Amino acid sequence: MDFAVDGRKAFAYTAAHAIDAAKPTIAFVHGAGLDHSWFGLQSRYFGYHGFNVLAVDLPGHGRSEGPPLESVEAMAEWVVRLLDAAKIDRAALVGHSMGALTVLECAARHPGRVTRIALLGMAYPMKVSEAFLEAARRNEQAAYDMDTIWGHAPQVPLGANPNPGMWMYGDNLARLARLAPNVLYTGLKACNDYAGGEASAAKLDCPVLFLVGSRDLMTPPRVAAAFVKAFKSAQTVLLPPSGHSLMAEAPDATLDALIDFLSTGTTP
Amino acid sequence: MPGPKYPGFDTLALHAGHTPDATFGARAVPIYATTSYVFRDSEHAASLFNMERAGHVYSRISNPTVAVLEERVAALEGGVGAIATASGQAALHLAVATLMDAGSHIVASNSLYGGSHNLLGYTLRRFGIETTFVDPREPENFRRALRDNTRLVFGETLGNPGLDVLDIPAVAAIAHNAGLPLLVDSTFTTPWLMKPFAHGADLLYHSATKFLGGHGVAIGGVLVDSGRFDWETSGKFPQLTEPYAGFHGMDFEEESGTRAFLLRARREGLRDFGACMAPMTAFQILQGIETLHLRMPRHIENTRKVVAFLAAHEMVDSVGYPELPTHPDHALAGRLLPRGAGAVFSFDMKGGREAGRRFIESLRVFSHLANVGDAKSLVIHPASTTHYRMSDADLEKAGIGPGTVRLSVGLEDADDLTEDLGRALAAAKRGLKAG
Repeated sequence: MDFAVDGRKAFAYTAAHAIDAAKPTIAFVHGAGLDHSWFGLQSRYFGYHGFNVLAVDLPGHGRSEGPPLESVEAMAEWVVRLLDAAKIDRAALVGHSMGALTVLECAARHPGRVTRIALLGMAYPMKVSEAFLEAARRNEQAAYDMDTIWGHAPQVPLGANPNPGMWMYGDNLARLARLAPNVLYTGLKACNDYAGGEASAAKLDCPVLFLVGSRDLMTPPRVAAAFVKAFKSAQTVLLPPSGHSLMAEAPDATLDALIDFLSTGTTP
Repeated sequence: MPGPKYPGFDTLALHAGHTPDATFGARAVPIYATTSYVFRDSEHAASLFNMERAGHVYSRISNPTVAVLEERVAALEGGVGAIATASGQAALHLAVATLMDAGSHIVASNSLYGGSHNLLGYTLRRFGIETTFVDPREPENFRRALRDNTRLVFGETLGNPGLDVLDIPAVAAIAHNAGLPLLVDSTFTTPWLMKPFAHGADLLYHSATKFLGGHGVAIGGVLVDSGRFDWETSGKFPQLTEPYAGFHGMDFEEESGTRAFLLRARREGLRDFGACMAPMTAFQILQGIETLHLRMPRHIENTRKVVAFLAAHEMVDSVGYPELPTHPDHALAGRLLPRGAGAVFSFDMKGGREAGRRFIESLRVFSHLANVGDAKSLVIHPASTTHYRMSDADLEKAGIGPGTVRLSVGLEDADDLTEDLGRALAAAKRGLKAG
């Protein structure tokens, strides 16, 4: 569904449903260089099970017009303006990687708008290696290769995809190939620069879920575990043997954890 | 600091798509000879049907053994995914049926496998899909044949049987400028010799019956999507970019831009046309793929020896192999096919049809049959077999003469192959003298 945010087209996947004010809402926010379809199975499930879903394409990604936003804080504010455009007062937020930083910041800044947050593939600080950043800045293929290889558990290229007939590496590379120049770099830099994690975490009173891939190379479990302590309370679910791309690598386990977390205490 | 590294082709050929069986630890890919899959409960069933969870419902749509083959070929080609089909012809039909309706038009190379020529030139025409065939040697011919209702540009990486090398970068650019995808039949080259997506093709398919399976034991096809073609921007494919009443109003491109084509091909094409692959077939083709990287170099090595032998033989008028300087696509082959120009080629014998008959019937190692890409060496006379439905004029356009013989060079001792050919050519020569 197309919305207008800041005078530009902003797309959010709604699982082919109209927004219904009587239903609770879940907004899904993707990671750097990705789009709404990264949450395809999970967002579709909730859209057909009593929720409004808004799986967003951040500016410059997927179907939303650019340019890409340069900071996590700007993305957090954009999410709220998208909720405004959709006439949604309160929503649960689910974020992956850069999207997880975004929903954390959003919940801290707008506690009245956010009922709970699920943080997938999340660590703080989310530092990006200089080599990765530099390759992305130059829009080099090497950046897409790093994103693809480090973005999945090591066993992925030598194992089966839960989604029959699909090749995870190929899908990731095809998505990245569609990006305009500098979109990946802008996202990675925003992750690298974000410095508000601990302060935002300390502010939260809403329920928090960490979904952690046990073989995540980008946001390693040990870094995620250390950051969990910054919250007053947070639930952690470890998904073996997933890497950073939990929604693709462990789609059912990710969905089951989200169902457990989002099916209680989520009101319109 | 060196960046991370992808697994090599040889490793992917052996491992991609298969996680060893968690229940019994089977290392080989199990053959899941089952039509259907037990649901955990009604909710699980509904979620599978509505594409909210990944998994298998019914083996016409997907099957765990077949899925290993699909993922492995997609990995070797660098695609987003693949769909295995009952044959290579079924793969071509699935691509066409997914992309267009009656009233659509295809621009295709005229240097095609006879079965593909039949499908496009005759059978699809009955269903309102027209094809214009063009000489692929001049890429501009594809542009000149485009119409407003064109929905696909199509050719073979190596044309059958003349081995015209498709200039994929040039033809892809023409297709993309017109907002159209380029589909290639990559059967003769396999991903070991060439990866068409790296040169700009958008979709490809294999007759997996040939080199992928490699042993002449199973019929199958695999259709692979690069995931790079932007259906939404093209605006010519409402099948992928508008809600589909046949699947709960799904807009496949909205679900996923990179997977839209395969989603519709599987959820409509396999569901409704039903040309799926059997799990036993997938297993057999997987056994072939596990040695593809070993077989293809030997195919090429033997082919080069056989080509050299024939090119120097007094009974041979011409040999059509792109690595020879006399082949019109010699330079293009050097650019697109540096590892070799395949193991199937044709040559023209002196003495015409009768000499050809005598030659074929005198061979002992080469088998006379209608197939290519076997581990065993094969021979056929196209004018009387694979292309027999084509008119003389169309045969000439496809570069086939009455004395054209096609070889598929196998993995035998190359000396035995040249000895066999030499003996048969001598028999053909004796026949000419006797005549």
